[in-house]
Amino acid sequence: MQHRYKNNLGLWGWLGGGRYGADRYAYALHRLSGLGILAYFLMHIFVTGTRVDGPEAWESAMHFFENPLFRLGEFLVFLAFLYHAVNGIRLVLVELGLLVGKPGLPSYPYSHSVIRQRPVLVVAMVITAVLVLFAGADFLFLTK
Amino acid sequence: MRESRLWFWHILTAVVILFLLGLHMGIMHMGTLVQALGLGSTHPTASAEVFERSRQFFFMITYIALLGTALFHGLYGFRSILCELSLSKTLQKAIGRLCTAAGFALFLYGTYVAVRVFQMKGV
Ligand code: HEM
Ligand code: HEM
Repeated sequence: MQHRYKNNLGLWGWLGGGRYGADRYAYALHRLSGLGILAYFLMHIFVTGTRVDGPEAWESAMHFFENPLFRLGEFLVFLAFLYHAVNGIRLVLVELGLLVGKPGLPSYPYSHSVIRQRPVLVVAMVITAVLVLFAGADFLFLTK
Repeated sequence: MRESRLWFWHILTAVVILFLLGLHMGIMHMGTLVQALGLGSTHPTASAEVFERSRQFFFMITYIALLGTALFHGLYGFRSILCELSLSKTLQKAIGRLCTAAGFALFLYGTYVAVRVFQMKGV
Protein backbone atom coordinates (compact mmCIF):
# COMPACT_ATOMS: atom_id res chain seq x y z
CA MET A 1 0.00 0.00 0.00
CA GLN A 2 1.12 3.50 -0.76
CA HIS A 3 2.53 5.24 2.30
CA ARG A 4 0.64 8.34 3.26
CA TYR A 5 1.90 10.94 5.68
CA LYS A 6 -0.83 11.95 8.10
CA ASN A 7 -0.86 15.70 7.85
CA ASN A 8 -4.41 16.47 8.84
CA LEU A 9 -3.61 19.07 11.43
CA GLY A 10 -6.97 20.79 11.34
CA LEU A 11 -7.62 24.46 10.77
CA TRP A 12 -4.61 25.61 12.78
CA GLY A 13 -2.40 23.38 10.65
CA TRP A 14 -3.46 25.54 7.73
CA LEU A 15 -3.62 28.96 9.26
CA GLY A 16 -0.97 28.86 11.96
CA GLY A 17 2.52 30.21 11.31
CA GLY A 18 4.25 27.95 13.83
CA ARG A 19 8.00 28.45 13.85
CA TYR A 20 8.00 29.58 10.23
CA GLY A 21 6.98 33.13 11.00
CA ALA A 22 6.00 35.89 8.59
CA ASP A 23 6.40 33.91 5.36
CA ARG A 24 4.03 31.24 6.64
CA TYR A 25 1.34 33.81 7.48
CA ALA A 26 1.82 35.38 4.05
CA TYR A 27 1.22 31.90 2.60
CA ALA A 28 -1.94 31.31 4.67
CA LEU A 29 -3.32 34.66 3.55
CA HIS A 30 -2.41 33.89 -0.07
CA ARG A 31 -4.36 30.65 0.16
CA LEU A 32 -7.35 32.33 1.81
CA SER A 33 -7.42 35.17 -0.71
CA GLY A 34 -7.11 32.70 -3.62
CA LEU A 35 -10.06 30.68 -2.38
CA GLY A 36 -12.11 33.83 -1.77
CA ILE A 37 -11.51 35.12 -5.30
CA LEU A 38 -12.31 31.68 -6.72
CA ALA A 39 -15.64 31.46 -4.87
CA TYR A 40 -16.59 34.93 -6.09
CA PHE A 41 -15.45 34.18 -9.63
CA LEU A 42 -17.55 31.00 -9.92
CA MET A 43 -20.69 32.95 -8.95
CA HIS A 44 -19.57 35.89 -11.08
CA ILE A 45 -19.68 33.75 -14.23
CA PHE A 46 -23.41 33.14 -13.70
CA VAL A 47 -24.22 36.70 -12.59
CA THR A 48 -22.51 38.25 -15.64
CA GLY A 49 -24.23 35.53 -17.70
CA THR A 50 -27.53 37.40 -17.23
CA ARG A 51 -26.23 39.85 -19.86
CA VAL A 52 -27.30 37.33 -22.47
CA ASP A 53 -30.96 38.12 -21.71
CA GLY A 54 -30.50 41.80 -22.39
CA PRO A 55 -30.25 45.05 -20.42
CA GLU A 56 -33.43 44.47 -18.36
CA ALA A 57 -32.17 41.14 -17.05
CA TRP A 58 -28.79 42.72 -16.25
CA GLU A 59 -30.44 45.63 -14.42
CA SER A 60 -32.63 43.39 -12.31
CA ALA A 61 -29.59 41.28 -11.37
CA MET A 62 -27.68 44.44 -10.41
CA HIS A 63 -30.71 45.66 -8.46
CA PHE A 64 -30.56 42.48 -6.39
CA PHE A 65 -26.90 43.08 -5.51
CA GLU A 66 -27.36 46.76 -4.78
CA ASN A 67 -27.08 46.74 -1.01
CA PRO A 68 -24.28 47.57 1.46
CA LEU A 69 -23.58 43.90 2.23
CA PHE A 70 -22.81 42.96 -1.37
CA ARG A 71 -20.93 46.22 -1.91
CA LEU A 72 -18.71 45.37 1.04
CA GLY A 73 -18.31 41.81 -0.25
CA GLU A 74 -17.15 43.08 -3.64
CA PHE A 75 -14.74 45.46 -1.96
CA LEU A 76 -13.28 42.55 0.03
CA VAL A 77 -12.82 40.62 -3.21
CA PHE A 78 -10.93 43.61 -4.55
CA LEU A 79 -8.68 43.69 -1.45
CA ALA A 80 -8.10 39.93 -1.79
CA PHE A 81 -7.11 40.55 -5.41
CA LEU A 82 -4.63 43.29 -4.44
CA TYR A 83 -2.95 41.08 -1.85
CA HIS A 84 -3.00 37.92 -3.97
CA ALA A 85 -1.60 39.77 -6.99
CA VAL A 86 1.30 41.53 -5.23
CA ASN A 87 2.23 38.54 -3.08
CA GLY A 88 1.74 36.33 -6.16
CA ILE A 89 4.42 38.26 -8.07
CA ARG A 90 6.78 37.66 -5.15
CA LEU A 91 5.91 33.94 -5.14
CA VAL A 92 6.50 33.62 -8.87
CA LEU A 93 9.98 35.11 -8.40
CA VAL A 94 10.67 32.84 -5.43
CA GLU A 95 9.40 29.69 -7.12
CA LEU A 96 11.34 30.29 -10.30
CA GLY A 97 14.42 30.45 -8.05
CA LEU A 98 15.19 34.08 -8.85
CA LEU A 99 15.44 35.22 -5.23
CA VAL A 100 17.39 32.32 -3.79
CA GLY A 101 20.78 33.98 -4.14
CA LYS A 102 24.17 32.52 -4.96
CA PRO A 103 25.43 29.45 -3.11
CA GLY A 104 28.23 30.12 -0.66
CA LEU A 105 30.20 28.64 2.20
CA PRO A 106 28.22 28.23 5.44
CA SER A 107 30.30 30.69 7.43
CA TYR A 108 29.13 32.67 10.44
CA PRO A 109 26.84 34.72 10.55
CA TYR A 110 24.78 32.14 8.68
CA SER A 111 22.48 33.28 5.93
CA HIS A 112 19.75 31.34 4.19
CA SER A 113 17.35 31.97 1.37
CA VAL A 114 14.40 32.87 3.61
CA ILE A 115 16.43 35.66 5.21
CA ARG A 116 17.73 36.81 1.84
CA GLN A 117 14.16 36.93 0.49
CA ARG A 118 12.75 38.75 3.52
CA PRO A 119 13.24 42.31 2.14
CA VAL A 120 11.15 41.34 -0.89
CA LEU A 121 8.34 40.24 1.42
CA VAL A 122 8.53 43.56 3.26
CA VAL A 123 8.48 45.54 0.00
CA ALA A 124 5.51 43.48 -1.27
CA MET A 125 3.55 44.13 1.93
CA VAL A 126 4.29 47.87 1.80
CA ILE A 127 3.09 48.03 -1.81
CA THR A 128 -0.07 46.08 -0.85
CA ALA A 129 -0.71 48.42 2.09
CA VAL A 130 -0.43 51.51 -0.11
CA LEU A 131 -2.81 50.02 -2.69
CA VAL A 132 -5.27 48.97 0.03
CA LEU A 133 -5.25 52.48 1.51
CA PHE A 134 -5.89 54.02 -1.86
CA ALA A 135 -8.65 51.51 -2.64
CA GLY A 136 -10.19 52.12 0.79
CA ALA A 137 -10.27 55.88 0.22
CA ASP A 138 -11.79 55.30 -3.21
CA PHE A 139 -14.44 52.98 -1.75
CA LEU A 140 -15.33 55.08 1.30
CA PHE A 141 -15.08 58.66 0.15
CA LEU A 142 -14.77 59.04 -3.57
CA THR A 143 -17.06 56.62 -5.41
CA LYS A 144 -20.78 57.00 -4.97
CA MET B 1 -0.41 15.78 -18.17
CA ARG B 2 2.65 15.67 -15.94
CA GLU B 3 2.28 17.45 -12.63
CA SER B 4 5.34 19.64 -13.20
CA ARG B 5 3.81 20.89 -16.43
CA LEU B 6 0.46 21.66 -14.79
CA TRP B 7 2.34 23.54 -12.07
CA PHE B 8 4.21 25.53 -14.71
CA TRP B 9 0.88 26.51 -16.27
CA HIS B 10 -0.34 27.57 -12.85
CA ILE B 11 2.57 30.04 -12.63
CA LEU B 12 2.24 31.14 -16.26
CA THR B 13 -1.50 31.81 -15.99
CA ALA B 14 -0.80 33.85 -12.83
CA VAL B 15 1.27 36.28 -14.89
CA VAL B 16 -1.38 36.52 -17.63
CA ILE B 17 -4.19 37.01 -15.08
CA LEU B 18 -2.18 39.77 -13.46
CA PHE B 19 -2.58 41.91 -16.59
CA LEU B 20 -6.12 40.89 -17.58
CA LEU B 21 -7.63 41.06 -14.11
CA GLY B 22 -5.57 44.18 -13.37
CA LEU B 23 -7.36 45.86 -16.26
CA HIS B 24 -10.76 44.48 -15.19
CA MET B 25 -10.31 45.60 -11.58
CA GLY B 26 -8.96 48.97 -12.69
CA ILE B 27 -12.16 49.55 -14.66
CA MET B 28 -14.50 48.17 -11.98
CA HIS B 29 -12.94 49.42 -8.78
CA MET B 30 -10.63 52.32 -9.29
CA GLY B 31 -13.39 54.55 -10.60
CA THR B 32 -11.94 57.81 -9.44
CA LEU B 33 -8.41 56.96 -10.52
CA VAL B 34 -9.60 55.77 -13.90
CA GLN B 35 -11.66 58.92 -14.33
CA ALA B 36 -8.80 61.14 -13.21
CA LEU B 37 -6.78 59.62 -16.04
CA GLY B 38 -9.66 60.44 -18.39
CA LEU B 39 -10.32 56.79 -19.16
CA GLY B 40 -13.69 55.89 -17.76
CA SER B 41 -16.58 56.66 -15.46
CA THR B 42 -17.59 56.00 -11.88
CA HIS B 43 -20.53 53.77 -12.82
CA PRO B 44 -18.89 50.80 -14.47
CA THR B 45 -21.76 48.36 -13.79
CA ALA B 46 -24.47 50.60 -15.26
CA SER B 47 -26.27 48.75 -18.03
CA ALA B 48 -25.28 51.16 -20.81
CA GLU B 49 -21.60 50.89 -19.97
CA VAL B 50 -21.63 47.13 -19.52
CA PHE B 51 -23.14 46.58 -22.96
CA GLU B 52 -20.95 49.25 -24.53
CA ARG B 53 -17.86 47.31 -23.37
CA SER B 54 -19.25 43.86 -24.09
CA ARG B 55 -19.88 44.79 -27.71
CA GLN B 56 -16.23 45.66 -28.32
CA PHE B 57 -14.03 42.97 -29.85
CA PHE B 58 -11.18 43.81 -27.48
CA PHE B 59 -13.25 43.13 -24.37
CA MET B 60 -14.79 39.96 -25.76
CA ILE B 61 -11.32 38.52 -26.37
CA THR B 62 -9.91 39.62 -23.00
CA TYR B 63 -12.96 38.17 -21.19
CA ILE B 64 -12.56 34.80 -22.85
CA ALA B 65 -8.84 34.81 -22.08
CA LEU B 66 -9.47 35.81 -18.45
CA LEU B 67 -12.16 33.17 -18.17
CA GLY B 68 -9.81 30.41 -19.33
CA THR B 69 -6.73 31.45 -17.37
CA ALA B 70 -8.58 32.24 -14.12
CA LEU B 71 -10.55 28.98 -14.26
CA PHE B 72 -7.39 26.92 -14.74
CA HIS B 73 -5.38 28.85 -12.14
CA GLY B 74 -8.16 28.88 -9.54
CA LEU B 75 -9.31 25.28 -9.95
CA TYR B 76 -5.75 23.92 -10.09
CA GLY B 77 -5.01 25.84 -6.87
CA PHE B 78 -8.17 24.44 -5.29
CA ARG B 79 -7.21 20.91 -6.31
CA SER B 80 -3.69 21.37 -4.88
CA ILE B 81 -5.14 22.43 -1.54
CA LEU B 82 -7.42 19.37 -1.38
CA CYS B 83 -4.64 17.01 -2.47
CA GLU B 84 -2.52 18.12 0.48
CA LEU B 85 -5.00 16.44 2.81
CA SER B 86 -3.50 12.94 2.63
CA LEU B 87 -6.28 11.70 0.37
CA SER B 88 -6.20 8.32 -1.36
CA LYS B 89 -4.97 8.21 -4.98
CA THR B 90 -8.49 7.35 -6.18
CA LEU B 91 -10.00 10.37 -4.46
CA GLN B 92 -7.24 12.63 -5.79
CA LYS B 93 -7.97 11.42 -9.32
CA ALA B 94 -11.71 11.96 -8.87
CA ILE B 95 -11.14 15.53 -7.62
CA GLY B 96 -8.87 16.21 -10.59
CA ARG B 97 -11.49 14.95 -13.04
CA LEU B 98 -14.28 16.90 -11.35
CA CYS B 99 -12.27 20.15 -11.47
CA THR B 100 -11.41 19.57 -15.13
CA ALA B 101 -15.05 18.90 -16.05
CA ALA B 102 -16.31 21.92 -14.09
CA GLY B 103 -13.62 24.11 -15.64
CA PHE B 104 -14.49 23.13 -19.21
CA ALA B 105 -18.24 23.49 -18.61
CA LEU B 106 -17.86 26.97 -17.10
CA PHE B 107 -15.45 28.01 -19.83
CA LEU B 108 -17.92 26.97 -22.53
CA TYR B 109 -20.81 28.76 -20.82
CA GLY B 110 -18.81 31.97 -20.21
CA THR B 111 -17.50 31.99 -23.77
CA TYR B 112 -21.03 31.53 -25.10
CA VAL B 113 -22.13 34.56 -23.05
CA ALA B 114 -19.21 36.74 -24.16
CA VAL B 115 -19.73 35.90 -27.85
CA ARG B 116 -23.54 36.24 -27.75
CA VAL B 117 -23.44 39.64 -26.05
CA PHE B 118 -20.74 40.78 -28.48
CA GLN B 119 -23.09 39.95 -31.36
CA MET B 120 -26.18 41.64 -29.86
CA LYS B 121 -27.60 44.43 -31.92
CA GLY B 122 -29.31 47.63 -30.77
CA VAL B 123 -28.56 47.42 -27.04
C1 HEM C 1 -3.73 38.57 -9.99
C2 HEM C 1 -3.01 37.67 -10.51
C3 HEM C 1 -2.61 36.42 -9.77
C4 HEM C 1 -1.34 36.07 -9.42
C5 HEM C 1 -0.06 36.85 -9.72
C6 HEM C 1 -1.43 34.80 -8.73
C7 HEM C 1 -0.34 34.08 -8.25
C8 HEM C 1 -0.41 32.89 -7.61
C9 HEM C 1 0.73 32.03 -7.31
C10 HEM C 1 2.18 32.33 -7.66
C11 HEM C 1 0.25 30.93 -6.68
C12 HEM C 1 1.06 29.72 -6.24
C13 HEM C 1 1.42 29.72 -4.84
C14 HEM C 1 2.21 28.49 -4.52
O1 HEM C 1 2.59 27.74 -5.42
O2 HEM C 1 2.45 28.29 -3.35
C15 HEM C 1 -1.19 31.08 -6.55
C16 HEM C 1 -2.02 30.18 -5.93
C17 HEM C 1 -3.40 30.24 -5.97
N1 HEM C 1 -4.17 31.17 -6.64
FE1 HEM C 1 -3.47 32.77 -7.63
N2 HEM C 1 -2.75 34.41 -8.64
C18 HEM C 1 -3.51 35.37 -9.28
C19 HEM C 1 -4.89 35.35 -9.43
C20 HEM C 1 -5.75 34.38 -8.93
C21 HEM C 1 -7.19 34.29 -9.20
C22 HEM C 1 -7.98 35.25 -10.10
C23 HEM C 1 -7.67 33.20 -8.50
C24 HEM C 1 -9.07 32.65 -8.45
C25 HEM C 1 -9.81 32.47 -9.49
C26 HEM C 1 -6.53 32.61 -7.81
C27 HEM C 1 -6.60 31.48 -7.00
C28 HEM C 1 -5.51 30.84 -6.46
C29 HEM C 1 -5.60 29.65 -5.63
C30 HEM C 1 -6.89 28.95 -5.18
C31 HEM C 1 -4.28 29.27 -5.31
C32 HEM C 1 -3.82 28.07 -4.48
C33 HEM C 1 -3.31 28.52 -3.13
C34 HEM C 1 -2.54 27.47 -2.39
O3 HEM C 1 -2.10 26.47 -2.97
O4 HEM C 1 -2.33 27.70 -1.21
N3 HEM C 1 -5.39 33.34 -8.09
N4 HEM C 1 -1.58 32.28 -7.14
C1 HEM D 1 -15.17 42.28 -7.44
C2 HEM D 1 -15.38 43.04 -8.37
C3 HEM D 1 -15.80 42.74 -9.78
C4 HEM D 1 -16.73 43.47 -10.46
C5 HEM D 1 -17.50 44.68 -9.96
C6 HEM D 1 -16.86 42.86 -11.78
C7 HEM D 1 -17.74 43.29 -12.75
C8 HEM D 1 -17.96 42.70 -13.98
C9 HEM D 1 -18.93 43.12 -14.96
C10 HEM D 1 -19.89 44.30 -14.78
C11 HEM D 1 -18.83 42.29 -16.03
C12 HEM D 1 -19.67 42.35 -17.33
C13 HEM D 1 -18.90 42.83 -18.49
C14 HEM D 1 -18.56 44.30 -18.47
O1 HEM D 1 -19.22 45.09 -17.79
O2 HEM D 1 -17.61 44.71 -19.15
C15 HEM D 1 -17.78 41.33 -15.74
C16 HEM D 1 -17.38 40.30 -16.57
C17 HEM D 1 -16.38 39.40 -16.29
N1 HEM D 1 -15.60 39.35 -15.15
FE1 HEM D 1 -15.77 40.57 -13.52
N2 HEM D 1 -16.00 41.80 -11.87
C18 HEM D 1 -15.33 41.67 -10.69
C19 HEM D 1 -14.39 40.70 -10.37
C20 HEM D 1 -13.93 39.71 -11.23
C21 HEM D 1 -12.93 38.71 -10.90
C22 HEM D 1 -12.24 38.59 -9.55
C23 HEM D 1 -12.75 37.94 -12.02
C24 HEM D 1 -11.82 36.78 -12.29
C25 HEM D 1 -11.27 36.03 -11.45
C26 HEM D 1 -13.64 38.46 -13.05
C27 HEM D 1 -13.76 37.93 -14.32
C28 HEM D 1 -14.70 38.31 -15.26
C29 HEM D 1 -14.89 37.66 -16.55
C30 HEM D 1 -14.11 36.44 -17.08
C31 HEM D 1 -15.95 38.33 -17.19
C32 HEM D 1 -16.57 38.00 -18.57
C33 HEM D 1 -17.63 36.93 -18.36
C34 HEM D 1 -18.29 36.50 -19.65
O3 HEM D 1 -18.45 37.32 -20.57
O4 HEM D 1 -18.69 35.32 -19.71
N3 HEM D 1 -14.34 39.53 -12.53
N4 HEM D 1 -17.27 41.60 -14.48
